[in-house]
Amino acid sequence: MNAAQIVMPALGPALPELILTVGVLVLILYGAFKGERSAEGVTVGALIVLIVALFAVASQPLSAKITTLNGSFIVDGFARVMKALVLLGSIAALLLARDLFERERIARFEYPILIVLSSIGMLIMVSANDLIGLYLGLELQSLAAYVIASFHRDDVRSTEAGLKYFVLGALSSGMLLYGASLVYGFTGHVSFPGIVTALRETQVGLGVVLGIVFVAAGVAFKLAAVPFHMWTPDVYEGAPTPVTAFFASAPKMAAMAMAVRVFVGAFPGVIDEWRQIIVFVAIASMALGSFAAIGQRNIKRLMAYSSIANVGYALIGLAAGTQEGVRGVVVYMAVYLAMTLGAFAVILGLRRGNRMFDTIDDLSGLSRTHPWLAFCLAAMMFSLAGIPPLAGFFAKFYVFAAAIQAGLVALAVIGVVTSVIGSYYYLRIVKVMYFDEAQPAYEPLAPGLRIVLAVSSVVVILLGIVPAPLVSIAGTAARSLF
Amino acid sequence: MTAAAAFFYLFAAITVASGFMVIASRNPVSSVLFLILAFVNAAGLFVLMGAEFLAMILVVVYVGAVAVLFLFVVMMLDVDFAELRQGFQEYLPVGGLIGAVFLVELLLVVGSWAIDPGLVQAPLATAPSGEQMTNTRALGLVLYTNYFFFFQVAGLILLVAMIGAIVLTLRDRPGVKRQDIAVQNARTQDMAVELRKVPNRQGVEV
Repeated sequence: MNAAQIVMPALGPALPELILTVGVLVLILYGAFKGERSAEGVTVGALIVLIVALFAVASQPLSAKITTLNGSFIVDGFARVMKALVLLGSIAALLLARDLFERERIARFEYPILIVLSSIGMLIMVSANDLIGLYLGLELQSLAAYVIASFHRDDVRSTEAGLKYFVLGALSSGMLLYGASLVYGFTGHVSFPGIVTALRETQVGLGVVLGIVFVAAGVAFKLAAVPFHMWTPDVYEGAPTPVTAFFASAPKMAAMAMAVRVFVGAFPGVIDEWRQIIVFVAIASMALGSFAAIGQRNIKRLMAYSSIANVGYALIGLAAGTQEGVRGVVVYMAVYLAMTLGAFAVILGLRRGNRMFDTIDDLSGLSRTHPWLAFCLAAMMFSLAGIPPLAGFFAKFYVFAAAIQAGLVALAVIGVVTSVIGSYYYLRIVKVMYFDEAQPAYEPLAPGLRIVLAVSSVVVILLGIVPAPLVSIAGTAARSLF
Repeated sequence: MTAAAAFFYLFAAITVASGFMVIASRNPVSSVLFLILAFVNAAGLFVLMGAEFLAMILVVVYVGAVAVLFLFVVMMLDVDFAELRQGFQEYLPVGGLIGAVFLVELLLVVGSWAIDPGLVQAPLATAPSGEQMTNTRALGLVLYTNYFFFFQVAGLILLVAMIGAIVLTLRDRPGVKRQDIAVQNARTQDMAVELRKVPNRQGVEV
């Protein structure tokens, strides 16, 4: 092989990733030269880079399907929609963090840089078309996440959260890698199309199934689905609140995209083998998320259990394994992103002076001191509970409908039942805000929180009234996978 | 016996012997040194097999980085290995039993292994001979062309690791005296030396 034979692969499809990579390298240099006081500038720079990347994602045509970089990188409608969600989550994480980090005197320029690096990893996960790219993207995303979990390094709980996340995350990466090596060993391919052809030609052996089980375990860990959820409440509670908001939003989008990409993209022929795993994980997540959240006093822990339950609902769509199911997953994740970010914007707004409040009792009587804040949080909670006419209702509706179409009636029924149980603790928050004794007023919201809360409230309410645009985009995204 | 076989037995014998000494040695520092000896000899075995790239990586990564890190940890932390071994006699029966069970299981698994006869006859993917293509060149040809995407992402992961280590551990300690070369070079005689008139029998206040 000589140099003339090597063809430069098309880099255009990877434009968002390239923008982020070049941008983050420039920002690192700027931060390193400017020193400690560059946090403000780097945050603004990171926001600009993320927004430019978002435009780059949006400018790519929705229906085209391109593979590049030696077949290991795929850009299709599904990838674009999930990438847009990931980038929105990252932008919100930066907006939510600015004010708090400055007050706590932990505003350092590394935080936005790590968020952007993590976003690059997430975009690679979403676009991965083979097992190596998937693993590398996952590691890039997780490694940055471990660091920002313990970003408040003088705080014992924050460092504990980081360490716990790191140790368990390394374990799950190992499981994923072990599964990937089994799949490679028994199919002879690392690329997803290759695996599909290999599985079509031969009978599915025990080795491949074992590999799928281990890959599913690794994916479930990243999604924080039961039985791999143990880290979630501790990490969510210990990490600084803006970081928790980040963990609950963008990485969840990427992990769900990765799950869809692996199971629907690489193992469509062996759906009977992996469906039982996903069904079990979905039921266990919904049940545990709904029951365990009832006893929680801390809102961050409550949101952790809420995220576990929500992942369970989204996995119902994946268990269906059909085009409608994937459409349901995309709709669910988009709505979940808005609901979670809105809820965290309110939680971050609960402060007086230098004290943060994060128990449910601190919310009591919020409707009298801050009527708009209470209204927005109530909308989020009604939506999370799945009550029409808010967006959360349609999100649940589409995944349940897909499950019933795929013949998984029992799964849909269990989903509805746990959803009713879960609405108890969501509605209790509304009750505490509207009917309990008023607390002294909190400080007015910081501008970043205001933007995130306003946008997510509008999205949650508007999508409840007119869900059609999101559903049609999600439908196009889902079609690109089949 | 050819020279290659002689070297194989030499390297293999030293590897096994130093591997034994790693666990048998009383002094932890000499344990680490024996570990380094084992690594170097394993690298020699790789060279004999024609895997010169692996051999070099083994020396660079394991001897150069991992073993030196071990050495640092052993020397800096005051670990009393004698104390750690205190319960050895006590737990020997249980440990030995578990080891024996594992050994039997391993033998059963390996013993029941059957290699597909078709696999033995199937033509192996022929590796190019050493004169045409070295390992390093073959890896480089695909690493920087077909797989450059993975290579770049791996580089980003290492960048995150570096930033992470700095974020979590670097602290500005007040009162640390640092060398500032620009300030040193900018010093003039006036800044460093002060001339005072000293009155007779009175001295000066410093």
